[in-house]
Amino acid sequence: MTDLLTPVLSEQWGTPNSWKLARYEATGGYRAMRKALTMQPADLITLVKDANLRGRGGAGFPTGMKWSFVPQDNPNPKYLVVNADESEPGTCKDIPLMMATPHTLVEGIIISSFAINSHTAFIYCRGEVLHVIRRLQQAVREAYAAGYLGKNILGTGYDLDIIVHAGAGAYICGEETALLDSLEGRRGQPRLRPPFPAVAGLYASPTVVNNVESISSVPSIVNHGADWFQSMGTEKSKGYTLYSLSGHIKTPGQFEAPLGVTLRELIELGGGMRDGHELKFFTPGGSSTPILTGEHLDLPMDYEGMAAAGSMLGTKALQIFDDTTSVVRTTLRFVEFYKHESCGKCTPCREGTWWLVQLLMKFEAGTAQEGDVDKLLDICDNIGGRSFCALADGAVAAVTSAVKYFRSEFEQGYHTPAWELFPYEKSALFAAEGDVR
Amino acid sequence: MSGHFESHFPESGSVDYADQSTNIDETTIDELRELAGRYPQPRSALLPMLHLVQSVDGRISPRGIEACADVLGITTAQVSGVATFYTMYKRRPAGKQHVGVCTTALCAVMGGDILLERAKKRLGIDEGQTTPDGQISLERLECNAACDYAPVMMVNWEFFDNMTPQKADELLDKLLADEEVVSSRGAVITTWKEAERVLAGFPDGRADEGPSAGPASLAGVEIAREKNWKAPAADAKPAAPEQEAAQ
Repeated sequence: MTDLLTPVLSEQWGTPNSWKLARYEATGGYRAMRKALTMQPADLITLVKDANLRGRGGAGFPTGMKWSFVPQDNPNPKYLVVNADESEPGTCKDIPLMMATPHTLVEGIIISSFAINSHTAFIYCRGEVLHVIRRLQQAVREAYAAGYLGKNILGTGYDLDIIVHAGAGAYICGEETALLDSLEGRRGQPRLRPPFPAVAGLYASPTVVNNVESISSVPSIVNHGADWFQSMGTEKSKGYTLYSLSGHIKTPGQFEAPLGVTLRELIELGGGMRDGHELKFFTPGGSSTPILTGEHLDLPMDYEGMAAAGSMLGTKALQIFDDTTSVVRTTLRFVEFYKHESCGKCTPCREGTWWLVQLLMKFEAGTAQEGDVDKLLDICDNIGGRSFCALADGAVAAVTSAVKYFRSEFEQGYHTPAWELFPYEKSALFAAEGDVR
Repeated sequence: MSGHFESHFPESGSVDYADQSTNIDETTIDELRELAGRYPQPRSALLPMLHLVQSVDGRISPRGIEACADVLGITTAQVSGVATFYTMYKRRPAGKQHVGVCTTALCAVMGGDILLERAKKRLGIDEGQTTPDGQISLERLECNAACDYAPVMMVNWEFFDNMTPQKADELLDKLLADEEVVSSRGAVITTWKEAERVLAGFPDGRADEGPSAGPASLAGVEIAREKNWKAPAADAKPAAPEQEAAQ
């Protein structure tokens, strides 16, 4: 029986100078890299496959399998691109990781690049996190100076360059093909697939795009083995992961646990709900994953458990809202986010999110018409699954799941403003002055 | 606005061709070339290059667009098409200090809406505007990836965590008075233009400032330490299937 929390990635986050090379090496850093560089690349891929590490960026695709799709007989260079564009509402795990222990990521990149035979890797980090970018730039510089990057790494004959790249404020660039277009110096708009990036990604060359947490998990697997990784988690969801708790609980934060922990356990670790309030609803993995309610508190928070409940594990970003919260208000805000972040390429998304916002504003103001809930669902029906990427599907999921669990609250929007049903100042963490609409 | 037509979407539109002012000189051009040289294909440097343009001109300037196009051998239309896609690129001069308040759902509910209204009143400007003295520009943020510290604000893309109306007032007053301000999880605040230079890929030597992590980032680690919870030992084996079925 494993412990309730199993800090691996976060273990050293609190130590002074945890972001420096010397400190990282003092706690065993770069041992996995030395070991990996003596192995056959194919064996590394097998190791990560055997560990059953699944992508931690939302989709849960097996990381080792993604690596094995790279056609090694393709004459073009192979690229590894780390998706550090953490922007999904509620998601806040990669940022503290890169701030506190950027070398974990750098070491993971060296091992992963070696495994897929790549000599150039990129860290595409959202631009809105200046200090994280400083720490990444410095970590990469330190790794070059130590001979862990550049030509002939540790005398093995293997060459690798890492480029730290700052984005410029576009949620859509977290979608892997939009990220690649952005990294090519274009508007970040998703590409039609196939071809998948493994075959034709950056510069139309074989490319692996992996989340920060996925790549950062690789050194621990190399150090301790696939069995060790599989000793944590549930039947099909193996290993440890970072759960990010935010919202109306006493102690929000990062909790690293084996996959399959329940939200009830996590909320208890987070000190429980705010005094005098109960859980109303939560997102299991960011705002793109359908909301769930108190009836789902005891489900395992793994890929299968969340899918069985009609949602998704996503990024494990648990945004927790208590009984003071208007679900109409949060749904509007979520959809406003998708409207703002729609890249504009596909009409159902560009126009559809706009229309959803128009209608949801009426629900919030209590001026929706009888039957508008069905109209809302009808619009969703015309958006979902009709675009190149999943951005609009996220907006649809926010709306349909909210209506599923709280239809009567939407119907109250036919006559009563949301701020009268749920005075907004009661949801805030501090007393407000005046009108907070 | 270019003056040719008025956009239906006031927040949209082109860069400001009416304002041809620029500080871009040969040094800037050399640095733009250096950025282009860091990538396997030069055009990949366009986003960092536009960050550099902002660090020099305080906005995406017409001259900046030309310079990027010249260095990369692409058209100005291709550059402005990119510059107008991303929200971090400003088409009007941003303030010396650029302030944001997160109002995506979670932060909004936890108090972000209140903070934004208050900041607007205190500064006497609307979101997307800059104070007349050029000191502060204000932006409504979409999720700032710091949800466990909600409600959050930012200055020059540095974190300001667990904000309250009082903390927000103090922050804005200090920024207005040019007093020193330190990020909750970051460095001493410099200026937005200096921040843009770092984002372009020219470090400012401040990586060692600030803590390794904030309190919320350590919430789980500290509980684990108190309770002596750990990841399994290195020789751990997966649970046998029947044990799992019994769980």
